[in-house]
Amino acid sequence: MPRRLAAATVLLLLSGAAVSANEFERVPPVTNDATRKECGECHMAFQPGLLPAGSWTRIMDGLDDHFGEKASLPPGPAAEIRAYLTGNAAGRGDPTLLRITEQRWWLREHRFRPEVWLRKDVLSKANCEACHRDAARGLYDDD
Amino acid sequence: MIRFLLPTLAVFAVGGAIAATANPARTALLDGYAAQAKAQSPAFAGFSAERGRALYLGPHSGGKPETNACAACHTPDPAAQGRHQRTGRGIEPMAVSANPKRFTDPAEVEKRFDRDCPNVLGRACTAQEKGDFITYLAGQ
Repeated sequence: MPRRLAAATVLLLLSGAAVSANEFERVPPVTNDATRKECGECHMAFQPGLLPAGSWTRIMDGLDDHFGEKASLPPGPAAEIRAYLTGNAAGRGDPTLLRITEQRWWLREHRFRPEVWLRKDVLSKANCEACHRDAARGLYDDD
Repeated sequence: MIRFLLPTLAVFAVGGAIAATANPARTALLDGYAAQAKAQSPAFAGFSAERGRALYLGPHSGGKPETNACAACHTPDPAAQGRHQRTGRGIEPMAVSANPKRFTDPAEVEKRFDRDCPNVLGRACTAQEKGDFITYLAGQ
């Protein structure tokens, strides 16, 4: 009996660890229309749960030079999107990093040969949907 | 059913033609750019689809090398689906025949010119260039 209990405990711990490792593989989808529209024009509208609030704040502060492109927004939509992203942000992650693709959890999940990113149907690490077909719905556990 | 369908199709066809040529919002937008163009240059004598085509196809210098024309992302065929140069995100067609919503929301149009003209030309677009561009694509 003690041995069975120990085994069950180990299993429970293992499954608990698995759940926390996969925290970013299922995130709530974007529910804010302005976010879906404005962010989704040039790339998939990334879910707020993929970055901590500090990262979103820095991103919204720097839209004039958004990774080399001008992505500034009128004050109204900008404030709405900022509130939505920071209010639904991830509880984990490095708030000094702006890119989702520089977060430690992301790098751990994407250890590929560099030429994968050059494939014409991929083109960019920002193109989640090239491999994760349901990424727009917040589902990334299909690998 | 056919008797019902045919008039319906006819109405859609006529409606489509009107939408492509004379959407009131697009006309108002072009009128606004025409007034600005006149103010910027007294020699302004109307928009030109031919100039708009040249602007669209490029190539231009002054902007980013990878986006030296509108066509770099929107493809040389404005009725085709485009693709964002860096992210791979799909872009709806620019030609009004393929995408009747184009150039009907002034805020949206200004936002895109404001961002994309510096990428392609390395400067803001003039009112005449904006009107030429829309005139070309409204006829495509």
